[in-house]
Amino acid sequence: MIRFESVSFRYRADAPLALDDVCVTLEAGEVVAVVGANGSGKSTLARLCDGLLEPTSGRVLVDGIDTAAPESLWDVRSMVGMVFQDPDDQIVGTVVEEDCAFGPENIGVPSAEIRVRVDSSLAAVGLQGLERREPHLLSEGQKQRLAVAGALAMRPRYLVFDEPTAMLDPAGRRAVLEITERLARAEGHGVLVVSHDITGIARADRVIGLDSGRVVFDGGPDGLLGDAGMMALLGLALSPAARLAAALRERGLDVPLSAADAESLVASLWR
Amino acid sequence: MSRMSGIGQYVPGDSSVHRLDAAAKIGVVAAFTVALFVVRGFAGLAALGAVVAAAIAISRVPVRAVARGLRAVGFIMVVTIVFNMVRWQPTEALVRLGPLAIDGAGLRMGLFFAARILLLVTGTSLLTLTTSPVQLAGGIERVLAPLKRVRVPVGDLAMTLTIALRFIPTTAEEAEQIMTAQQARGASFDAGGPIARARAYAPVLVPLFFQLFRRADALATAMEARCYRGSEGRTRLVESRMGTADWVAMLVSGGVVIAVGVLL
Ligand SMILES: Nc1ncnc2c1ncn2[C@@H]1O[C@H](COP(=O)(O)OP(=O)(O)O)[C@@H](O)[C@H]1O
Ligand SMILES: [Mg+2]
Repeated sequence: MIRFESVSFRYRADAPLALDDVCVTLEAGEVVAVVGANGSGKSTLARLCDGLLEPTSGRVLVDGIDTAAPESLWDVRSMVGMVFQDPDDQIVGTVVEEDCAFGPENIGVPSAEIRVRVDSSLAAVGLQGLERREPHLLSEGQKQRLAVAGALAMRPRYLVFDEPTAMLDPAGRRAVLEITERLARAEGHGVLVVSHDITGIARADRVIGLDSGRVVFDGGPDGLLGDAGMMALLGLALSPAARLAAALRERGLDVPLSAADAESLVASLWR
Repeated sequence: MSRMSGIGQYVPGDSSVHRLDAAAKIGVVAAFTVALFVVRGFAGLAALGAVVAAAIAISRVPVRAVARGLRAVGFIMVVTIVFNMVRWQPTEALVRLGPLAIDGAGLRMGLFFAARILLLVTGTSLLTLTTSPVQLAGGIERVLAPLKRVRVPVGDLAMTLTIALRFIPTTAEEAEQIMTAQQARGASFDAGGPIARARAYAPVLVPLFFQLFRRADALATAMEARCYRGSEGRTRLVESRMGTADWVAMLVSGGVVIAVGVLL
């Protein structure tokens, strides 16, 4: 479990708090979406998960290990995989397999074991067969899946995604979303996703809403999607399908609020 | 991007020259370079030229690819020949041009130097033509490994080189995008004299550098998140090691240097 205990953070001594007394948790096997307007502290929260940032006050514990303890920093970082918004900002290797191997190489995994990890990680994100491809010849969606594979090759228990689909087209977005869900549901990873994507939010187990560094919402997606005031505060707009679902509910139809895209709305109407 | 290709671009292949370990190839090229500078006459250059020709044939790199790299030095070779053969006070005048003359000894010396440049460029470009940039970076790392003892951060330098190679296409794409954006606003990159053209690139370079610094910062964060902490204790997906063939190649080329130096 990743646990934030009354975590506050400021970037500089004279800057306002980017996070203010945050208490949240992420369990193994769970998908948690983090939402909030720009500048509300989502990326700061993500970076605190693996010790890229240290709390100004409070503690972040990863399976009981304090991320601020220098002697266990690298353990924490190999337990928590990070994927950022722009795939080009995180791909280091000149070919796919070499990039995927970067993390395990850094923590001194033997060559033969790296090969096994690279092959299974690339297969997990559907990039098998592209081992020798140069990253700039991949689509944005493939690049982002490579970034996920690079994180997976570390064999982490938790994965933290900071707006992983912001630069992708709908197909790439769906592919990455499906991978994140499978990693949590089938592989038991704890997954934290910063996202504005309503479909992703609707399918998460839990949603954490941030406003000016404070947690203003922590609960199931239905509770959020049904609360127009909270949606507005968090800078979220309902998708057309979700608006239709809400209107149908008002007229007494039993449509779940999580039917946020056309496909799942149709599926729930036909049920 | 097409503007950047030219000297020594990697031509993938599976010949025994390609398969030779990068560190061994660097060693062979170093020995070859030494040999080029110890030979005293055309016979020695001819022997070394035969070695290069054989290596090109074995590597099956198209002669066209090798020749492309030579265009850049053609001018230097011509200048070398001309400056050596034209003299005020010839010892062996072939043609008189007013106060100047074309000197026979000077002509031979010019041809000798030009041939040496030709072989030097051909030999080194055969290295980059048959070795992928990544293997080359790895090879340089291993060749320079002894410097680690005197605290030269060889591993970090090799990593920097690899990352630079990785970002050349990305940066070229970005430059292209910025240029297109500026052109859409009426900028022109091929009008006016050289100074006007150089000035037109300033609005491209400023955002490009801004973007590069932003990316470098983000990349450093991502590398840290992936546990990069210098080359200490790093393992590699593909461990390169010198095989028998690599040692044989090194020994043979060492022998050739000595033989050429002593005999020719
Ligand atoms: N590197 C930084 N230095 C100083 N302030 C920062 C830095 N990164 C973010 N901030 C500030 O911290 C606050 C939260 O930022 P961030 O976590 O990036 O928000 P979000 O990801 O939700 O858009 C913002 O007010 C932002 O300006
Ligand atoms: Mg952010």
